[in-house]
Formats: sequence, C-alpha cells, structure tokens
Amino acid sequence: MKISFPYMGTSNIVAGYLLENLGHEVIHPPVPSKRTLSLGVQHAPEFACLPFKIVLGTYLEVVEMGAEVLITSGGCGPCRAGYYGEMHKRILHDLGYPVEMIVMEPPLVEPVDFFKKLHRLVKPKGYFNLIGVVRVAWAKMKALDDLERTLHELRPLVFAKKQLNRIYDEGLEAIRRANSVKEVVAARNDTLEAMRSLPVDHDYEPLRIGLIGEIYVVLEPFANHDIERILGEMGAYVHRSIFMANWLLDNVLAHGEKDVRAAAVPFLNQMVGGHGQNSVGEVVRYAAKGYDGVIQLAPFTCIPEIVAKSIMPAVSKAKGIPVMTLFLDEQTGQAGIETRLEAFLDLLRQRRRKREAS
Amino acid sequence: MQGYLGIDVGSVSTNLVVIDDDCNVLVDVYLRTRGQPIQVVQEGMRQVEEALKGKNVEICGVGATGSARILTGVIVGADTVKNEITAHAVAATHMVPDVQTVLEIGGQDSKIILLRDGIVVDFAMNTVCAAGTGSFLDHQAARLNIPIEQFGELALESKSPVRIAGRCSVFAESDMVHKQQMGHPVQDIIAGLCDALVRNYLNNVGKGKEILPPVVFQGGVAANVGIRAAFERALGMKIIVPEYFHVMGAIGAALLAKSATKGKGDTHFRGFAVSDMEYQASSFECHGCPNLCEIVNISVNGELLARWGGRCGKWDTLQKTG
Repeated sequence: MKISFPYMGTSNIVAGYLLENLGHEVIHPPVPSKRTLSLGVQHAPEFACLPFKIVLGTYLEVVEMGAEVLITSGGCGPCRAGYYGEMHKRILHDLGYPVEMIVMEPPLVEPVDFFKKLHRLVKPKGYFNLIGVVRVAWAKMKALDDLERTLHELRPLVFAKKQLNRIYDEGLEAIRRANSVKEVVAARNDTLEAMRSLPVDHDYEPLRIGLIGEIYVVLEPFANHDIERILGEMGAYVHRSIFMANWLLDNVLAHGEKDVRAAAVPFLNQMVGGHGQNSVGEVVRYAAKGYDGVIQLAPFTCIPEIVAKSIMPAVSKAKGIPVMTLFLDEQTGQAGIETRLEAFLDLLRQRRRKREAS
Repeated sequence: MQGYLGIDVGSVSTNLVVIDDDCNVLVDVYLRTRGQPIQVVQEGMRQVEEALKGKNVEICGVGATGSARILTGVIVGADTVKNEITAHAVAATHMVPDVQTVLEIGGQDSKIILLRDGIVVDFAMNTVCAAGTGSFLDHQAARLNIPIEQFGELALESKSPVRIAGRCSVFAESDMVHKQQMGHPVQDIIAGLCDALVRNYLNNVGKGKEILPPVVFQGGVAANVGIRAAFERALGMKIIVPEYFHVMGAIGAALLAKSATKGKGDTHFRGFAVSDMEYQASSFECHGCPNLCEIVNISVNGELLARWGGRCGKWDTLQKTG
C-alpha cells in the first residue's frame, strides 16, 4: 500500500519520515507548483478555498505517482475543512482513482476513531518502534521550527539575504536526511551556526510584523507568494503566529491556545471555526507585545477569516495596531501583493517615525 | 529651472508630469497604456520633451509608480520607485493638506486611503474583484456606443436610476443587458450603474473604514460626474476633485523624486533620449525547481539592462540566458 499526504510547508519532512519509518511505502508529495494549482482548480468546486484546490492538486499528482492511500487531518467545523477529506475522496473516485482516504480526526474529539486509524498505521512495525520514530519526528519538527524562526529573525538584518536562504534550504535537507535525534540536533546546530555567522546590520531596527490567518495559507509559501521572504527582503521582521510544534501541542493534543482565545473574547467570544477566533486574539497579543503591524492571510471565501476580518477594524482601533488583510486565490502574479506590502510598510514606518518624534 | 518628472504607468493609463521647485505642474501627459508599457513610456517622454521645449527646464529627479513602476524605473532611470498607494497619498496631501480620506479609482484597481494629521493610517485596495473600476466603465461605454467622456453627464440626466447588481462586473453586465432589453432608457441604466459601482466600492474597499471629510476623489474615474454625484449621495458629504485628479499618481511620484534627490544634486535620469532607444522585453519559465518562476529580461539596444521574477537569486546576475 503506497501512502501519501498533503504538502504544507516544512511539515512534509516530518510526515514523510514518520510514515516511512512506521514501515510504509511513501510517495513523497512534490512541492506545490503552478501545475498543482491548475490541476486542483480544474477539478475543485469553484468556490472552494485555495487550500482545498492546492491539496486536491497535490493528491492528483501523487495518485499519478502511484499513491493508493492518502492520509489527512479532519476537523470538527464550523470550518468547511472538516469535510475536505471526504470531498477530495469523492472527487478522486469520480476521476477514476480508487484511493483510500484516512482522515485523522482530533484525538480529543474522536478518540476511538483516532486510535483505530493510528493502530492501522503503526501495525507494520509495532508500538515499540513507534516510540523511537516519534522521538525523532518530534525532534525534526522542533528543529525545523527553530530554523525557520532564526531565518525570520535574521532576514531583515543580514546583508547577504540570498546566501541566508541557501543555508536555510541546505539545513532543511540535512534535517530531512537525519535518522536519529542526535543527527537532527547536529544538523540543527550546524545550520543555526552557519546562519548566525553571516554579517548583520546591528544598527538597523526592522519593523516588526505579526503574520496571522488560516493555517494552510500561513504555512505554505506557494499559497502566500512566499510572503515571509518578500517582507524579510523588504527589511521587516516577521513573526508567524503558527508553528507546527506549538500548533500540534496546543490544538491537537489539547484543547489549547486558551490564552489566545481569551485575548479574543472582548471582541469575539465564540468559536467561528478554523482560525477565526485565533486571528482576533493574535492581533490583541501582537499589539500588547509592541508589534508595528499585523498581516492577516485568508483564502478567498474563507468564512472564519471573513468573520475575523470584519472584527479587525474594532480590534485595530481599540489596540492601536494597523491590520491589513490579504485574500489569497489562484492569482500567481506577485505585483499586486508587493504593492500592498510596500504601502503597508510605508504606513508602519511613518507611524513609527511619528511616535518617536512625539 | 529645476524640474522633477513623475511617471505613473497603470493598467489602463500612463501619466507623466513635470513639476517645478515650487511643486507647480509644468506639464501633464495622459496616455492609454494599451498593454504596451515600454512604448507608451517612450511616447510619453517624447511628448514631455516637446512640451518643455524652450522652457529651459532641467530634470533633476525622476520618480516611477503604478503597476509597471519597476519596469519604468529601469527604462528611464528613476531616483525613486514607489507603490501607487503611497504616491497617491503624497499627492493628495500636497493638494489638500488637511485631507482625511482619499478615494481613488483607476483602470484596474480601486483604493481607499485614510489619513490623519497628514499621515496614512489605513488603506485598502480591491483584492479579488475588479467591479467598479475604470476598465469596466470603459467596456460598458463601448458596448453602449457612448463616448466615455459623456457617460457621467448622461447619468446626471436620469430621473429614476434602475437597480444594477454591482457585486461583480459579469453580473452587473448581465443585469444591465436585461434592463436595457426591458426598455429602460440608457440614462437610467447608466445612473444605476454609477450607484452600483459606488455601493460596491464602499462595501468592498471601504468596508469598516471611517470616512471623514475632507474627501478627495482622484484617479481616471473621478472625471465621471455621475460617479462623483453617486459618491456625494451615498456619503452625504462634499467630494473634492482636485484639478489634476487624473495624474495624481504621477504628481506623487514627482514629489517623491523631489524629496529623494533633495541635497544630492544628481539623478539617475537617463535623459529624454530613452524614447529613441530600442527596448526589448522577453520572458521565459525557469525549470530549475518546482517554483517555475517566470523570468523577465529587459534589454536596451541588444544589451541586457535588467532582469527579475526569480525567487532564488539564480538569475540576479545579468549574464546571458540560455
């Protein structure tokens, strides 16, 4: 049984390692490309969101490569993504690909279902093996997050920005290749050291921007025009609200992120699905931490983020922090995004100058 | 006399202005881009040069803005290349110093800019919907066989505008066709369209924004008195349309060029001769990785001048492409 999974940022390194070492034959999904997008758009319902379309495109690419089983995450609404596994399965079946879809529901919501599916995945090599594999996978996840955090921190400051990107990319590959916790830690440390050895501009104080929104478009550079890189190269420090490791800890293994949701309560006191309430709460937190501005990324037609967006003017006014929302769809032209980002940074710079003057 | 050149190359129109040291507009040129940004910039440069003849103006700074600003900046040798939101805000503040709201509707996009105490505090730009922009009005004028210049005046003649769906330009068009086939006079349909566009603009771009006077309305569509009137009705306040509403982006770029070159005494301007040079743009898809970047080459008289479009930097050095 050849198994594959959706591609989302660096998580593919962890998911690929995990499945391979649990004893499965893994079809590694290719990095999403224009072809992925075109395949997805062609076969998806028109008003489905961008993550649905890109993931469908990925599935179509991996079934071409021979995948028979697809594994994905579920969800418990009200965001539509909870149904995406089922929808994808039916579309693939209609297109003549009799794939099996394993939808992992959140363990705290559907514990029996979750452990049944987990058991199937673990069975080939047993539970003793699982412990070792999970330890390495967890180390990889944390290492990948560390690398990315450092990349964001250094990007506005280093002079050789493209060299930094290159070191980072090589670091990802080193972590992908690592086969033990020790190797992961060594790859992580070597990469961090190489990144930190690049000369930086010590006098430069970059604008600090929080990046919030729906998880797929926040984590997958192909879906967001590589916005972190664009902002970093424009000289801004980007802090992303979602990282794999903390997201897993907070949302999958616990009903967590209570502090973010609590911060949202004065403006939005209930779950609206997806990351809607988080988005509102994150803005409050970024404002408290003295960030210059926040950028919200939302797939076009995403209801939770639309709800959050309509609340943003109130949050922005009450907390005194500018928020810009970018709706993302299948456009691949980057000029429009760059114009808006450039104008937003101009706005933040003017604001900071005015604040410093007074 | 010292002059500063501002160039705004948008999707529909290309505007060039020259301002003097006191920020008076000496020359303004408004051309249609027609999908040929390089040629239109060259044509504009020719017209500016012609208009400046005998005036003894020396260009001491050049600014480029608009969606083709990077391309333009390379062709003319700009001292500053700025996004059109900042450029429009700079121009509006210059014309109406206490402005608090700028409504700008251009060919392909529309934006709202909020300013307080001369500083941009918020802005929005249409993201995924082009309804309510100049190209749509152009298209409808052509379809109804009415010169775009008379479009607004016809709207003012209407006594009872019909309701047109403004959510999407495709829906708007079919709604207009249906109403026209029912026998509604063209004036009522056009007036209905103006109302629909303003409604869509305020709901889409202006959503949640605090629109305070003075309100300045600029961009090509500000020429349309029908849209102006619809804005005044919808907002219940007076709308200021500045004298040079149609070239405000270019004025902003010229003002930015003036402050960028202040005290430096030199400019990157390549001279008016650029209008006679042979510029070529070519593009190819890089297959080095799954990003499949679309790389653009700009060359002048056969020599590579600039290249962009790559994510990784592989193409940043200007060597011959394979």
